[in-house]
Amino acid sequence: MSKTYEYVHEPELVKGDHNFKSITALVTDINLRPTPAGWYIAFGISNILLLIMLVAIGYLIWEGTGIWGLNTPANWGWAIVNFVWWVGIGHAGTLISAILFLFRQNWRTAINRFAEAMTIFAVMCAGIFPAIHVGRIWVIYWVFPIPNQMAMWPNFSSPLLWDVFAVSTYFTVSLLFWYVGLVPDLATVRDRIKSKVGKVVYGTFALGWRGSNRHWWTYEKAYMILAGLATPLVLSVHSIVSFDFAVSIIPGWHTTIFPPYFVAGAIFSGFAMVLTLMIVCRKIYKLEDIMTIDHMEKMNMILLVTGMMVGFAYLMEVFIAWYSGVEYEKAIFMLRATGPYAWAYWIMITCNVLSPQFFWVKKYRRNVALTFVISIIVNIGMWFERFVIAVTSLSTDFMPSSWGYYSPTIWDVLTYVGTFGLFFTFFLLFLRFLPMVALAEIKNVMPQADPHNYDKNGNFVPPSVDVPEPIRGETDR
Amino acid sequence: MESKKSEKTLFGVLAEVRNPKELIDIAKTISDSGYRMYDTYSPFPIHGMDAAMKLKKPKLGWIVLGHGLVGFFGAIAMIYFMAVIDYPLNISGKTLMNVPAWVPVTFELTILLSAFGATFGMFALNGLPKFNHPLFNSEKFEKVTDDGFFVCIEATDPQFEVDKVRNLMEKAGAVHIEEVYDE
Repeated sequence: MSKTYEYVHEPELVKGDHNFKSITALVTDINLRPTPAGWYIAFGISNILLLIMLVAIGYLIWEGTGIWGLNTPANWGWAIVNFVWWVGIGHAGTLISAILFLFRQNWRTAINRFAEAMTIFAVMCAGIFPAIHVGRIWVIYWVFPIPNQMAMWPNFSSPLLWDVFAVSTYFTVSLLFWYVGLVPDLATVRDRIKSKVGKVVYGTFALGWRGSNRHWWTYEKAYMILAGLATPLVLSVHSIVSFDFAVSIIPGWHTTIFPPYFVAGAIFSGFAMVLTLMIVCRKIYKLEDIMTIDHMEKMNMILLVTGMMVGFAYLMEVFIAWYSGVEYEKAIFMLRATGPYAWAYWIMITCNVLSPQFFWVKKYRRNVALTFVISIIVNIGMWFERFVIAVTSLSTDFMPSSWGYYSPTIWDVLTYVGTFGLFFTFFLLFLRFLPMVALAEIKNVMPQADPHNYDKNGNFVPPSVDVPEPIRGETDR
Repeated sequence: MESKKSEKTLFGVLAEVRNPKELIDIAKTISDSGYRMYDTYSPFPIHGMDAAMKLKKPKLGWIVLGHGLVGFFGAIAMIYFMAVIDYPLNISGKTLMNVPAWVPVTFELTILLSAFGATFGMFALNGLPKFNHPLFNSEKFEKVTDDGFFVCIEATDPQFEVDKVRNLMEKAGAVHIEEVYDE
């Protein structure tokens, strides 16, 4: 009799013959080894880009926003595009660490530390743009509710103010979450490092963690509460970012689909960025046993799902524009696809909707090179999505007589390129000095961590799954 | 040797076991024998340890709730003061009590304060930061953040007697037992 079904085994999260000690060594030896030469080269390049950013910002403060390509009617350009793009990328970290934690997706443990670090640095890059675009940066504190020389308070009905609160809260909570996760692992490095300075520095940040189970008990509770708090937060941040657009009355922006559409796009681009970084790092740091092809496959599935959601939103926007019967709304979507920025629109569609379609095929989901290429294409596409939204609606608005074409200047480009310098400077420091895999968490999902996987004499017995005998169906009789 | 030791105070007896299961077992034995001042140490939280050690639920949730409420009402009070009382702005005769527009800021501040409560409340309940601890005097104990599983019965326990505790731990299958002193 042929079997009527097949039992699908859950793939092991940690590949290879590892125990706790070898996992600790695999991850923390990266921090304990002397700095490799390649790291200095990458760090040097990042520093040069960072310097370019600082020069571009310095010139902007000196000269004013006139150095950018902004004009009337396109009063928002690359600055908002880059802001939304970086914030979007910053969504994957907290999604992986919080939402996947609540859903008990244990595979997150391989990549959560990594993705959270990416989140924090991406939000830092994002935060630069709204800060510097204000023109008079020396009065930037006017955006916060602190007394100023005008005796005025910020306008709490303005989505731009909501953004200040949303992004700064998101940054702070992500940082806390990241640090709470880091404490036990910093203690691991403290106990392994030989140098005196290292012991003091890691020891200080480890806060004297000693692995007490009374502490773990509260710690786990705190971790769960933080995950519960970060979950609505991560969904709210990009919703509020989308309000910057949706609360205005510009055609193409004033739509109710914006919050979920932005959140899906953010997760899409964030996962793509995690994949880009992960594929490089697992190779260089030889972490293939932890960040496995199975992890890549699962993330590719998320790319496919969120890519389809984004594609659905693009279709829905066009449909609602037609269905609403509003002339301006209809016009803007015609113009997006056929007007002066049609090239950007079709780049967006190709990169975001078509490129992830490869991932319907299992073979492609598990192909490292293809995933790497698509993950970069997706982020190019997501940049163009924000460009299309921000620029087309402004440059071709209500009155054709005021239409104008927007192009960036060299300073727009240099500021954007420079933020990569900021991002990679911090990211390389993270890779060098902090354990890039959440050790305590990954040990916890290894089969050796479960007390039930030991026999009476305390010897490890790998868990075995009893595959029940197939039940004969009617047709087999 | 004896005279040297007497200058230090005994902190407790530290025992090492081989794996999470043995740690759970020894924790059960110790708590069933009536000891209260003891703790188990491991590189990661162990499933079922709270029941074995008969740990009470931490009060952290209440701390977070308190902080969250302060964030929520604090945000509303702040916006009300700033936008309605201190500097009302009449924009085309629209209402000053524009409550729906206050939702995002109120929400964000509630989350922010709750997260502070969860993080710093957890560290406070755990008595951290605490950079010096008698257990750090033990050479063996360094393994605890790598792959070591330890249990320590502290001298402050009313039932504490070195020989009895050593005996108990030996019987429970500890692979290494040592006395830890507070230097």
